[in-house]
Amino acid sequence: MSDIRRRDPRQEWIARNRLHPQHLEVLAELGRSAGQGAASEWMGPQGLIRRNPHAVGFIGPNGVKRIDRSGAQQGQRTGGARASAAASKPLVEIEAPAFLVAVVPDMAGGRLTGHDRDLLGLARQLADADPAARGAVLAVVFGGHNREGDGELKEHGFGEAGVDRLLHITGSEVDGFAPEARLGALVAMDRAWNPRHWLLPDSKLGGADLGRRLAARLGERPATGVWQVEADGEAPLGWRCAARGAAGTLDFQRAMPRLVLALAECAEPVSETRHAAEPLVLPEALPAQLARIQDLGQVAVDPAGVALSEAEFILSAGNGVRDWEAFHHAAEVLGATEGASRVAVDDGFMARDRQVGATGTWVTARVYVAVGISGAIQHLQGIQTCDKVVAINMDPGCDMIKRADLAVIGDSAKVLEALVALVEQSREEKRNAA
Amino acid sequence: MRPESHHDGSLAVTVLVSVGRHPLTGRGRRADQDARGVELAHTLTGAEVELLHAGRLDEGSDAALRGYLGMGFESLSLLEQPAGADVLPALAEALEAAGPQLVIAGERAEQGEGSGLLPYLLAERLGWPLVSGLAAVEEVAGGVATLLQALPRGQRRRLQVRLPAIVTVDAAAPAPRQSAYGPARRGRLDVQAAPVMDDADMAEWQAQPARKRPKRLKIVKAASARDRFKAAAAKAEGGGGQVLTDVTPEEGAEAIFKLLKEEGVLR
Ligand SMILES: Cc1cc2nc3c(=O)[nH]c(=O)nc-3n(C[C@H](O)[C@H](O)[C@H](O)COP(=O)(O)OP(=O)(O)OC[C@H]3O[C@@H](n4cnc5c(N)ncnc54)[C@H](O)[C@@H]3O)c2cc1C
Repeated sequence: MSDIRRRDPRQEWIARNRLHPQHLEVLAELGRSAGQGAASEWMGPQGLIRRNPHAVGFIGPNGVKRIDRSGAQQGQRTGGARASAAASKPLVEIEAPAFLVAVVPDMAGGRLTGHDRDLLGLARQLADADPAARGAVLAVVFGGHNREGDGELKEHGFGEAGVDRLLHITGSEVDGFAPEARLGALVAMDRAWNPRHWLLPDSKLGGADLGRRLAARLGERPATGVWQVEADGEAPLGWRCAARGAAGTLDFQRAMPRLVLALAECAEPVSETRHAAEPLVLPEALPAQLARIQDLGQVAVDPAGVALSEAEFILSAGNGVRDWEAFHHAAEVLGATEGASRVAVDDGFMARDRQVGATGTWVTARVYVAVGISGAIQHLQGIQTCDKVVAINMDPGCDMIKRADLAVIGDSAKVLEALVALVEQSREEKRNAA
Repeated sequence: MRPESHHDGSLAVTVLVSVGRHPLTGRGRRADQDARGVELAHTLTGAEVELLHAGRLDEGSDAALRGYLGMGFESLSLLEQPAGADVLPALAEALEAAGPQLVIAGERAEQGEGSGLLPYLLAERLGWPLVSGLAAVEEVAGGVATLLQALPRGQRRRLQVRLPAIVTVDAAAPAPRQSAYGPARRGRLDVQAAPVMDDADMAEWQAQPARKRPKRLKIVKAASARDRFKAAAAKAEGGGGQVLTDVTPEEGAEAIFKLLKEEGVLR
């Protein structure tokens, strides 16, 4: 159907006239049910806007009529034309950038971290400072997050995070801990495009290491621990920065060099625009080099020894767990750190230092599995920063289900038992295959 | 330097030590990460450990450097450098001359710029591989060291690196032993002359005591009052999660298993 709206004045007149014998028929024809969703606003025959106050709003859960003036309701009526929030942000495309700002995000677990987003926000500041000669933000990501999810880049939020150009380097040589191969790629990039700025996160996740290697290789003296950047006409690159030094006790005010290792919250992440994130390829193949450092893979650490606030994978128990032996066994098989809700702790099934929530520990796990936890606000506060939440619960209406990315409605003991069986079976298969 | 001690079979290890700064009193002390590096060197079997420091010898640094001697060393080589000098050339030359197999350093100094760049610049200049953030050295055999690297979230990664190499030590490395007073007094500080290069860049920067960083405000960008209210009052909601009702436990477990696999948390 075309977008042009054809008007039938007679039908509109019948639709307005509730006493007309064909009123309901016409409404149905217009695709609306009587009473609710009748046209609330239309152009009258004289070009005046006419309103039907009875058609505005909707009946709320308590049977009271609610009027929502945010525009969301109107949006619903136009149906397919409603665009998602992401699409409604203006798309910014930079065809011929005056210069490039290269960013190397950490991509922990295959996603942009908060730190990465802050850094991209900073890159946007640098790129957009001069509206007459805008630069483009070039992000380099190394594929093959071999440990984390088969090399997939998970949520492709690069455009929303402010990336104009995206270089995705894959291959077995840049997988895992491969600083030398990655450094080779960055140097090749530097030669190919000569970015005006290089930004890396000064983080333990890899950015700090890679950035310093790049600095040493390029012979640039970087600014490390940068947390503030301001425009300054006198500095060579037009910016000056504040950098933390001396174990966090001194601030150095200095002209911003070409290579910057920035701390988290160095700038606000991009939130108002969308960018193209156009893929790029390196003009030349990566130089083959002999790796002097060999990655033998991650070592299994005792999950119980990892502090709860740092743990990556938490299996958390609440009042819905009855069989504690089975729960501990499941945590052991999954290799998860154990957590608990306050009720489980108060009842003496778990130690106090395992409590997650407002009065316990604020956890930062990437995956949080809540077993038989209802999701009280005090508990949900503690898991705000978790990436993925899985809930196993009997009650489909509880708050934890609303928070969860994946919820399984069922008895916790049975689901855990099945999960343990699955994991053991897959381990067995792997062992037989090897 | 004691070149005569490099007999076959033993592993020549040099630990780069610096003068630390107590975070509260500001007094000189052993730098924490460097002390951990010394401790790590102690755990290596058959290692000939040298301590190397480049800097000025004065009252404050004397006490701090003797702290390292008190961990069981007879001497420490000190390359004389004025304040505000770039110690890279001095260290690089000393290391080239001594030719150790393994150089251990801390990640960042507790004074000065503290950028953590020195090990990287040394590695680049000497052409050696570098591994950062070490928790332990597991084994050194046949010119290859097997190392345990500390990752965030208490994780560990095993690496192999060809020697000679530079490694930096993370706070996850074993805690340093106490410094014993007697050996610290008796130990020698071998002062040696070394080339001096001024750090001209750093002289231009303004240093000031670190300001407290402003706390980030939660900015709510909403077009309407209703959205702002919702953002301020709403509970944390994932929104749009997948809910599996009426499934057998096996199907539910299958879905969870898939998610755990995708996230890569199962080993
Ligand atoms: C000041 C204050 C501070 C607090 N701080 C914290 C805190 O830091 N951390 C915290 O956790 N709590 C805290 N609480 C307590 C919090 O309000 C809740 O009481 C608590 O989190 C509820 O724990 P729960 O979800 O385990 O138990 P419940 O609310 O009893 O929930 C049990 C859930 O398990 C489900 N269930 C039952 N049987 C099964 C089964 N067989 N299989 C699957 N599911 C099943 C039920 O459907 C229910 O959803 C605090 C409270 C106060 C007043």
